[in-house]
Amino acid sequence: MAATHASLQAGQVAMTTAPAEQPRIRIRDVTLSYGALQIIGGISVDIAAGETISIIGPSGCGKTTLLRMLAGLARPTTGTVELDGAVLGGPDRSVAIVFQDYGKALLPWRTAAGNVSLALEARGCPAKERPVIIRELLDKIGLGRHADKYPSEMSGGMQQRLQIARCLAQEPKVLLMDEPFGALDAMTRQALQDEVLALVATTGATMVFVTHDLEEAIYLGDRIVCLQPNPGRIGRTVEVRLPRPRDQLVTREDPEFLRLRRELYDLIKDDHQ
Amino acid sequence: MRSALRNGWRAALLPVFVIVMAQVAATATQLESDSLASPAAIVAAFFAVLTDGSLMRATLDTLMAALCGCIVGVGAGSLLGIVLGLFRLVDDVLDLTIELLRPVPVVALIPVVMMLLGFGARMEIVIISLGLLWPSVVLARAAVKEVEPRLMEVSAMLQLGFLARLTKIVLPAILPQLFMSLKLAAGYALVVAVTVEITANPFGLGYGIMMAQQALRPAEMFAYLIWIGAIGWLMSLMLNAAQHHFFPAFAKGESR
Repeated sequence: MAATHASLQAGQVAMTTAPAEQPRIRIRDVTLSYGALQIIGGISVDIAAGETISIIGPSGCGKTTLLRMLAGLARPTTGTVELDGAVLGGPDRSVAIVFQDYGKALLPWRTAAGNVSLALEARGCPAKERPVIIRELLDKIGLGRHADKYPSEMSGGMQQRLQIARCLAQEPKVLLMDEPFGALDAMTRQALQDEVLALVATTGATMVFVTHDLEEAIYLGDRIVCLQPNPGRIGRTVEVRLPRPRDQLVTREDPEFLRLRRELYDLIKDDHQ
Repeated sequence: MRSALRNGWRAALLPVFVIVMAQVAATATQLESDSLASPAAIVAAFFAVLTDGSLMRATLDTLMAALCGCIVGVGAGSLLGIVLGLFRLVDDVLDLTIELLRPVPVVALIPVVMMLLGFGARMEIVIISLGLLWPSVVLARAAVKEVEPRLMEVSAMLQLGFLARLTKIVLPAILPQLFMSLKLAAGYALVVAVTVEITANPFGLGYGIMMAQQALRPAEMFAYLIWIGAIGWLMSLMLNAAQHHFFPAFAKGESR
């Protein structure tokens, strides 16, 4: 039974050492309603360890709500979200989420180093080891020279880098991103896309990336889940067969990239009509 | 407050004018009264009570009572307010009770507390604390409810325990509001302290005013009155300066 399951999935994803029959995240027939209003209407996805999934869809299709359920911040009305085979009952430190509104997600009274330290304190990292880890993380995300700055003294891009650093300090198995670069300028956005890809590649984390930017979804993802609204459900799942490591110029000029962009554009456009 | 100091000479014009006119009037009419006194007589009376030590002792008594009342009242009130702000259930259970107790004027409690505790510092501290309790509860509760929900989600994602959430997220977030609560409380504490002393407690600055009035010494009475005003003014000056120093952004927002 397990063997047939494994062979079915083997063709789809074979990226890490985790046994193929056990996805890192399993979303099973998840629905979510507020009273009579159904927000999410039956979503099932398996996400393998190390995989990067992009979630796109028109506004109001439940992208963020789905992500919040993966974070344990929202409870499904029916169905379950499983992490490594165990039902997720609430927030879990091995799941980190990067919010879009970085300005609100950082502690304004703590420096960059202090904000990263919060995650280390939370997972009981001894005080002696913290400075070294903090320096490594800040260096890795390009904030090495700004450890003593307060969030209010940083640009938007730096603040979002800091939030990502704090999430990495959790040493998460799953990194959830809720339109993290939506409020940033194009150059910063591209730089951060590459940095996040590099970080995910080195840590082997599973990433679920919500965005409304089709090109960003293609550029980052192994698979793209397109949601449809009223109620939110999966319209289509698209495989992204673009080589890694990806490159802002080469990848974006790849005929496959352009084909995918066209396909997704048509899909989303139909939903808007 | 700052601008008042910067434009010192312009702001001082009116008070100086009034004092000079009062002195001129008193001299011209050769004032002999049981209810009024000339500025010069008031100054003389002030130095008299200052040198015989009675003013300092009274000031110390009043300020100690106000300070202790502040610590107990604001401390207990803020703690309760934080709990109410964090736990919806407790808030729902206690909301009606608090709304019923809150409008009771604290001076109405003077006879009750006096019957229980008699005269003295303890009774005064209890009344001041009770007076500060409910405003502190309300301010702390509102502050906790205004803590950025995103930060609460961050602490949930990090699975911070209750104590860590309180000390690392909630308390730092509401510290500026707590300080403002303390600032308001300090002024109110002085008002309640003097009221208690005038009406009941044989003790402190309020009692000094009462005694001067009953002994028909208007100069001394006004000396006490002006001294109480000066203490209140100095206190708010210091607290405002501290607020500007520790919470510059918040102090700016408040004066906007």
